[in-house]
Amino acid sequence: MNEFVTGLAQAIQLILSGDPALYEIIWLSLQVTGIALVIAMLLGIPCGAALGLYRVRTRGFITVLLYTGMGLPPVVVGLFVYLLLSRSGPLGSLGWLFTPSAMVAAQVIIAFPLTAGLTMTAVQGVDPALRIQARALGATQLQEVWTVLTEARIGVIAAIVAAFGSIISEVGAVMLVGGNIEGKTRVLTTAIVLNTRTGDFELAIALGLILLAIAFGINGAMLVLQRNAVD
Amino acid sequence: MKRFSLLLILVLALVAAVGCATATPTAVPPTNAPAPTNAPAPTNAPAPTNAPAPTNAPAPTQAASGCTLRLSTTTSTYDSGLLDAILPDFKQKFNCDVDVVAVGTGQALEIGSKGDADVVLVHARKSEDKFVADGFAKERFDVMYNDFILVGPKDDPAKVKSATTAKEAFKMIADSGASFASRGDKSGTNTKELSVWASAGITPTKEMKWYNALGQGMGETLLTSNEGNFYTLTDRATWLAMTAKLPNLEVVFGGNTIDQNPDKALYNPYGVMAVNPDKFPNVNAAMAANFVKWLVSPETQKMIGEFGKDKFGQALFYPNAAP
Repeated sequence: MNEFVTGLAQAIQLILSGDPALYEIIWLSLQVTGIALVIAMLLGIPCGAALGLYRVRTRGFITVLLYTGMGLPPVVVGLFVYLLLSRSGPLGSLGWLFTPSAMVAAQVIIAFPLTAGLTMTAVQGVDPALRIQARALGATQLQEVWTVLTEARIGVIAAIVAAFGSIISEVGAVMLVGGNIEGKTRVLTTAIVLNTRTGDFELAIALGLILLAIAFGINGAMLVLQRNAVD
Repeated sequence: MKRFSLLLILVLALVAAVGCATATPTAVPPTNAPAPTNAPAPTNAPAPTNAPAPTNAPAPTQAASGCTLRLSTTTSTYDSGLLDAILPDFKQKFNCDVDVVAVGTGQALEIGSKGDADVVLVHARKSEDKFVADGFAKERFDVMYNDFILVGPKDDPAKVKSATTAKEAFKMIADSGASFASRGDKSGTNTKELSVWASAGITPTKEMKWYNALGQGMGETLLTSNEGNFYTLTDRATWLAMTAKLPNLEVVFGGNTIDQNPDKALYNPYGVMAVNPDKFPNVNAAMAANFVKWLVSPETQKMIGEFGKDKFGQALFYPNAAP
């Protein structure tokens, strides 16, 4: 128990100390997860909307695939991305392995099933009458999709929140494809693993608390936005 | 309705803003902050993170050249603090960053054999020789050594302390059925452990209740042994660096310094190999050659030999490069 108390004290101390290495780690965590989240949103929300709105013949199969993807172990994604990006792999010429780009790629794969799958579910929950009404009012197809997405916004935001939560806390994939290189690819989660490995539990707890605080802050902001969206 | 689109745009803008500076982390010179012991701290002016890449940094300490050398190595060299202590000198001399990927020896060699590292520093002699034989490296160089020791519960239920060889000690553990933790991760330590079992004529299997293959790094394995009262084989460097966190364990075979270790079979040599550029044209071969030369140079060898003496009263690694 003592570790928690000293860890908490150390967390506060760390944040106040303005240690540039710590801020670098936090900043990189936010960057990697932020970029991955945006890409996963840009890909996932339209995909999810399309799947939810239109009669796709293989929808059942795709749904199963998406739901399976939600349970994909990050380390498996990491291994897959690692082999793809390795210099002796098919995309080796990109030179992405052990860089933040590789970490973003892995996190996009982890987040995509969540944004797409949950958007699909949210869109399916919208009353079909709304679409008919929109069409009757002369909406173009794009306007129609937008109307439905707007109606399903709470679910869409939930999809974003779920995706964010799964990748900001993810360690298996970023460890493997990023390599936990100091000052280059070390993020909060991999730093926690490193400090646990070396027995520096207080520092690990401190970093964990910082990660929690960040997630709390961002989810709080999302909730406020969600509330505003409802009003 | 408007609200929602506004919100979406806001979220996108927010995240995009975070994303904008994406290229900077690689351009920003890595600060050497976590190593507080760094006496000759090279100027570590951490440019504001979103500033444009420092194009004209005259200071030789900052690798502004964009030169990067990737070193895949074992956790013991990194977690013990050795690399943090010696690498700043390399960065300064060659104006080149070193990206350290610290994993088990098995994985470190795997990374090298795919051409994903420029240079490999590991400790599993047989695997290293195979690495060279397979053409992944042209040559292997001795760098340093230390030794393995057997640590275990203070009350020593298997009475290992009376053993005179590692083989005998292992046999006593197996006979008594006292719990043993194995790294189980194809690391250098795991390889050594398995060879000792083999020499004792024992093949550990998962059916043996007392044998626990953890599949974890040295640090985790020591911590687990500390909690579970296991015996385990460890390299002395990691043991010394972590002793304070392992109150329930003590050295049961191998003595308190390398001179007291009665069994030469527990010798633990480290080797460095530059990845073969003929096989992987993309590797930074020139800098990898510099690194190897630097690592075996008398000055660096001296640094390696001095490392840890102030803190632990003994060296963690003993340099042994051929002059």
